[in-house]
Amino acid sequence: MSKPVFDLVIVGVGGQGTLLASKILGQLAMNAKLGVKVSEVHGMSQRGGSVITHVRVGERVHSPLVAMGNADYLVSFEALEAARAAAYLKQGGVLIANSQRISPMPVITGVASYPNNPLQNPALAGRKVEAVDALSLAVEAGSAKAVNLVLLGLLSRHLSFTDEEWKHAIAVCVPRRTLEVNIRAFENGRASLSAAES
Amino acid sequence: MEKNDLSLSQESEERGEETALLLGNEAVAQGAWEAGVKVVSSYPGTPSTEITETAAKFPEVNVQWASNEKVATEVVFGAALAGARAMTCMKHVGVNVAADPLFTAAYTGVNAGMVVCCADDPAMHSSQNEQDSRYYARAAHIPMLEPADSQECKDFTKLAFQMSEDLDTPVFIRLTTRVSHARSVVTLGVRDELSVKPYHKDAMKYVMMPGMARKRHLDVQKREEFLTEAANTLPINVMKLRDTSMGVVTSGICYQYVRDALPNASTLKLGMVYPLPMKLIENFASKVDRLIVIEELEGLIERDMKAAGIACEGKKYTGIQGELSVERIQSALLNKPMPELSANDLPARPPVLCPGCPHRGVFYAFNRLGLRVMGDIGCYTLSALAPLSAMDACLCMGASIGMASGAERAQGREFSKGTVAVLGDSTFIHSGITSLVDAVYNQEAITVVILDNRITGMTGHQQNPASGKDIHGNPAPAVDLEKLCESCGVKHVTVVDPFDLKAVEKALREETARDEVSVIIARRPCALLDKIVRPPYVIENCKNCGACMKLSCPAIEHREDRVEINASLCIGCGMCAQVCPFKAIREGVRA
Repeated sequence: MSKPVFDLVIVGVGGQGTLLASKILGQLAMNAKLGVKVSEVHGMSQRGGSVITHVRVGERVHSPLVAMGNADYLVSFEALEAARAAAYLKQGGVLIANSQRISPMPVITGVASYPNNPLQNPALAGRKVEAVDALSLAVEAGSAKAVNLVLLGLLSRHLSFTDEEWKHAIAVCVPRRTLEVNIRAFENGRASLSAAES
Repeated sequence: MEKNDLSLSQESEERGEETALLLGNEAVAQGAWEAGVKVVSSYPGTPSTEITETAAKFPEVNVQWASNEKVATEVVFGAALAGARAMTCMKHVGVNVAADPLFTAAYTGVNAGMVVCCADDPAMHSSQNEQDSRYYARAAHIPMLEPADSQECKDFTKLAFQMSEDLDTPVFIRLTTRVSHARSVVTLGVRDELSVKPYHKDAMKYVMMPGMARKRHLDVQKREEFLTEAANTLPINVMKLRDTSMGVVTSGICYQYVRDALPNASTLKLGMVYPLPMKLIENFASKVDRLIVIEELEGLIERDMKAAGIACEGKKYTGIQGELSVERIQSALLNKPMPELSANDLPARPPVLCPGCPHRGVFYAFNRLGLRVMGDIGCYTLSALAPLSAMDACLCMGASIGMASGAERAQGREFSKGTVAVLGDSTFIHSGITSLVDAVYNQEAITVVILDNRITGMTGHQQNPASGKDIHGNPAPAVDLEKLCESCGVKHVTVVDPFDLKAVEKALREETARDEVSVIIARRPCALLDKIVRPPYVIENCKNCGACMKLSCPAIEHREDRVEINASLCIGCGMCAQVCPFKAIREGVRA
C-alpha cells in the first residue's frame, strides 16, 4: 500500500471511457482532501485515436501533466497503448493493463502489424505488470462499457483508499441507473488478480 | 483604481467549504454565473466548448449557440449594451472570426460587463494552427487575463466582469488546452444576482462613425495608460522571491510547469498578460541575477520587456513551437536530457471516421471518381488521412467553397468538372453561405457537397441552426438547407443518402458535369447519435481483393488471406456489401 500521493497516467483508445476513470480518481482524491489535478483530452483524438489522461495527487500539485518517467501507475485500456506510454512509468512502477487488443488503422489496412506481446515490450522492463481481460470482466458485470471500473478495481488494491471512499466517488461520478453494474465491475476488477493468483 | 477598484473581493461571498473538481472551462462558467452573467452566446470549438455547455446548465443564464463567433460576439455586445453582463467563448481561431466587432467594441466600451473567453491550442491537439491570442489583446487594446488553474479560472472570470464595467471595455480571458481541460479543486460561491442596467441611447459612444470614433480612440488610449499603471499593483500579478540567482516571468499554465521544473526560482506570475506591469517587472528584474521569460508560443512578454530596456532571455531556450512542459523547461535551462517515448517503433493510432459514419461513403465516392477535394473543418477532415486520403486542401471554417471558386478562376471552368467543395452542415451555416452566394453571383461552375449529419460533430455533438434543436435540446426552427441554397440562386440542389453509394456517385457525376453552381446535400445523422440496431455484416468466401478496404472502415480488418469484419465494431451500415465485387459480404443474422 502506498500513501495516496501518486502520479498516474491513463491511456487507451478514444471512446473507451478513460475520462470517467480519471474523473472518479480525481473525485476520490478531492474527497480525501488531497491536492489533485486531472488533465483530459477532448476533441479530435476522441475519434478512435490514442488518448492519454494524467492524474496527479499530492499535497500541492502544480503541473497537471505527469513528467515522463515519473508515473507510479499506468492504467492502460488497450495493450498497444500500454507499450506506447511505457516511458511515463517509473522504474518499479505498476502497469494496470487491459489485455484487450484494438487494431489501429495502419494494422487494419495491413501496412503495419500489431506487435506480438505489447505488454512484454522492452520499454516495460523493470515495471510490474498486472494484466486482466477487463472486457470480459466488464461484460460479466453487465456492460462492456464498464472496462474502466474493472481497471479501477484492479488499481484499488494498490491505493490506500477505503472501499467506502471508492464507492462514494464512483456513486458521485456515474449515472444512477448504471451504478449497480459499475460497482459490480469494480469488484470484479478488485478480485480478479487474487482469483488468478490463487 | 485609486479606490482600489480592481481588488479581488470574493472572500465574503464564498459559501462555506463547498468544493468541486472542475475543468478550467467549467470553472469559467461557474465564475461567470457567480458574477451574475445573464447572456452567453458562443460557437463551439475545442478546447473552449465546455464553458458554454456548462453555462447552459444554469437556469438564470440565457445561453445559446450562435451561427458563428462573429454573431456570438455581436449578440453578447448587444446584451452588454442593453445592461446585462454577457460572455462569449471560442477557440483561438474563432477570435479571427470575431475580430471585426471586437476591435470596435474596444472603442465603444460596454454598459454592463462583457467578457470574451478564448482558448488557445498550443501543440494543436484539435486545431489547424497554433496562433497566439495574446496578439489580439495588443492589437485591439483589450485587457487580457490568463488563469493558471481552475480556481483562477473562476476568480479571474469574476474579476474580468468587474474590470469590464470599471474600465468600460470588453475583457479577454485567455485559456490554453491544459488549463481548459485540466480538473482541479474549486471553492464554489453564490451568484451575485444583478439587476439589468438601464439602456441609454448614447450615439457619441456607440455609433462608430469617424467623428465619434476619433474621440473614442482617445478614450481607448487613456484607459490603456491608466491600466498599464494600475497593473503594477494588481493583486493577480504576483511576485514571489525565492532563490534570487534566477527569476522567471511567466503566466498561465507555464507558471505551473516552472514551479515543478525550477522549484527554487523566484517568480513573477502575471495574471494579466496585457497590458504588462512594466514597473513591477523592472522591480523584479532588479532583485534577481538572471531573468528568464517562460511563455508558450510567441515571445510577446519577452519582446515587450526588451523594448522597455529590461535584459532578459526566453525564446532562445524554449522556442515558439508547441506546448512547454516540465521536461522541456528543465532540458532548456538545466541541460537535463529530454526524455523520449521509448517505444516509438509501434504502429501509430491516428483518429478515424467512426464505423457507420455517414461521411465515409461520400469520400469513397470522391476517390472512385478521381475528384479534387477542397475540404473544410470537421470530423470529415479525417478523410485526409490514409487510406482514404481524399482531401486536397483544408484551411479554415467555410473555406472549401471559396477555394473551389478560386481554383476555377485560376484553371478555367473545366477544372470545376473534376473538383468538389465539401463541408458539414454546421460549417456551412458558420461561414459557407456567403461563399455560396459569391459563387452564384460570379457565375461559377463549382459543385458544393454539404455533409448534413444533423449536428456539430467533432466538438462533441452541439446543436446548430440546421439541427432543429437548441442548446438545451428543445425544438428550434431548423434551417431548410435546400431552400436556403435555392434562395442563394443555386438551381440544382440534390439530396442523397450517403449510405447509398450508387446514388452518391450518380449525383456527383451529374452535378460536377454542370456548367453552373450546384449543391449536393448528403443527409444522414451522425453514427454516434443515430444508433442503428442492425446486426453486423459477415464475409463468406472472401477473395481478398481489397475493394472493401478502400472504405477505411475501422470494423473491416486485413488478414493474411482475407478480410474480417469485427462484429463488436460493425454497426451494419452495409457500405462494404455495396462495394464488394464478389457479393461475399452480406447482412448478418440478428443474434
